[in-house]
Amino acid sequence: ENTKIRVKPDHSGVVTDGVKHSMNPFCEIAVEEAVKLKEKKLIKEVVAVSCGPTQVTETIRTALAMGCDRGIHVEVSGKDYEAMGPLQISKIFAALAKKEEASLIILGKQAIDDDCNQTGQMTAALLDWPQGTFASEVTIDGEKVKVVREIDGGLETIKISMPAVLTADLRLNTPRYATLPNIMKAKKKKIANMKPADLGVDMVSRVEVLRVDEPPTRLAGVKVETVDDLVAKLRANGTI
Amino acid sequence: MNNIAALFKARKALGLCVSGCRSLSSLAELPEMHQMMRQTCRDYADRELGPIAGKLDKEHLFPGQQVRELGAMGVMAVEVPEELGGAGMDYLAYSLAVEEISRGCGSTGCVVSVNNSLYIGPILKFGTQKQKEQWITPFTTGEKVGCFALSEPGNGSDAGAASTLARQEGEEWVLNGTKAWITNSWDASATVIFATTDKSLKHKGISAFLVPMPHPGLSLGKKEDKLGIRATSTANLILEDCRIPLGNMLGPRGSGFKIAMQTLDSGRIGIASQALGIAQAALDCAADYAHKRTAFGNPIGKLQAIQFKLADMAVAVESARLLTWKAAMLKDAKKPFTKEAAMAKLAASEAATFCGHQSIQVLGGMGYVTDMPAERHYRDARITEIYEGTSEIQRLVIAGQLLKEYAP
Repeated sequence: ENTKIRVKPDHSGVVTDGVKHSMNPFCEIAVEEAVKLKEKKLIKEVVAVSCGPTQVTETIRTALAMGCDRGIHVEVSGKDYEAMGPLQISKIFAALAKKEEASLIILGKQAIDDDCNQTGQMTAALLDWPQGTFASEVTIDGEKVKVVREIDGGLETIKISMPAVLTADLRLNTPRYATLPNIMKAKKKKIANMKPADLGVDMVSRVEVLRVDEPPTRLAGVKVETVDDLVAKLRANGTI
Repeated sequence: MNNIAALFKARKALGLCVSGCRSLSSLAELPEMHQMMRQTCRDYADRELGPIAGKLDKEHLFPGQQVRELGAMGVMAVEVPEELGGAGMDYLAYSLAVEEISRGCGSTGCVVSVNNSLYIGPILKFGTQKQKEQWITPFTTGEKVGCFALSEPGNGSDAGAASTLARQEGEEWVLNGTKAWITNSWDASATVIFATTDKSLKHKGISAFLVPMPHPGLSLGKKEDKLGIRATSTANLILEDCRIPLGNMLGPRGSGFKIAMQTLDSGRIGIASQALGIAQAALDCAADYAHKRTAFGNPIGKLQAIQFKLADMAVAVESARLLTWKAAMLKDAKKPFTKEAAMAKLAASEAATFCGHQSIQVLGGMGYVTDMPAERHYRDARITEIYEGTSEIQRLVIAGQLLKEYAP
């Protein structure tokens, strides 16, 4: 959490080697919601899925320690991993959802490394499932789900049929700390391993990253005495 | 023949054995479950304890809510089997938990350690099944904590001189005397307490008892105003014709001293872990400051004087940590660990006071004021060289074990 983000010397991305990775905060909230639904006996089984290199199994184990029943690790590494984006992940999730006959997919609203906010929406589109994104409240009512969504104008309540895709927003819940007994139990839970090819997904990216730069250093501000001075200065530097 | 005998003696002296070697290699990388457990405790300490530790210290507040949350996580009874309500993990996991919690708040780490090692520890080892269910299970959730009453106003290190008396009257034990320096006293719901049942047998005449708190005949002295770990309560326990059922004796009559010593052996690993957490927090504070504070045109971390301090602090902490892990792993492997536990407690407590001291030095004037946590780490560290066996006692224990190994 206290690691400084550094851009690679070739400006192709940020340095990830040796940086400790942990579960995306919004995904923690998604896992918590799924586990809560299971504790209320509204869903039968929670499967934790992650796409990436070997290290992601640690994150899946954390999800298992929070209460998920089993895990699936879709192995993506090397150049495929560097190029992997929401579209590829959505295809993987869509294929898995069909294979597993899932009734709900719950994800974090966005990942805090790329801030794309696309995977949930794309997954729903690929499956032609309804979506309840930016959820701050989820209530299952028979075959339907009532979702309160945080939108710019306030809160929007929708009712969608299952199977559906939900994305978790900040205020949906407060994720639990894994208890020590659950960490012990997580050891025995299974994590299945597969590759995108096993699901018939091609990982070719339609997006090419041209260049990554650090944001410009923030310059010191200038204090002015009067509103007239402010307007004059804004005019002079072309802002207005 | 002499050479082979000498070889075996040397092997024994070096403490080598097959499974010992296997577990030593795992010191390089902790098992996955332990890493996860450590991370959970670290997250909890960073988010829930760090932000309030200063307030708890300033206002002498017992972290009741945090203790309940830690109980729910299983941290208040790490080694207790699941059937009794604990987390069912090993002593290495317990050591990691105490270190991470102490890093967030030294006082909270102390409460965790006392409950696990000093209160639950002896009952788990020497109690009957009925005693375990009655006196351990309610103390696993964080709703109740226990304490350990051995020291008296007249004897700390000299534990064999216990002057608290227990006499049998019908179906009851009647206890009289005073215990001193009892951590958790004002917040505890029970105590493991030591009293003399047969004065003529000297230290073999001491027995251990379980007393609920509050209880008629047991009163608490004033809360001590301490230099550090101020969120814990420390006070005298005063027993005046305190009556308890016969079934409240812990272990066989006369085994109290043995129970106390064995309990303290394990407790030392807990305190070593607490000291490690405080030392690490002091090091974190100093290293962070070294990046930010500039003097003579550069961050002070560029100056060798500061670099040498940070290096010395890091070596002190890491070496004490490996000693602590080794002691914990020997205990988990059911091998003798008295010497290693004493070494760990000695090394870790001296590392904590060293790091606390140097951390203030790195921060300069800023280290002396309460705006930064350095002064609290300095104050919290000091007790670790005193309780659960002073550094002087640890040296005696280590020397005793060492000389036994080299005996002709």
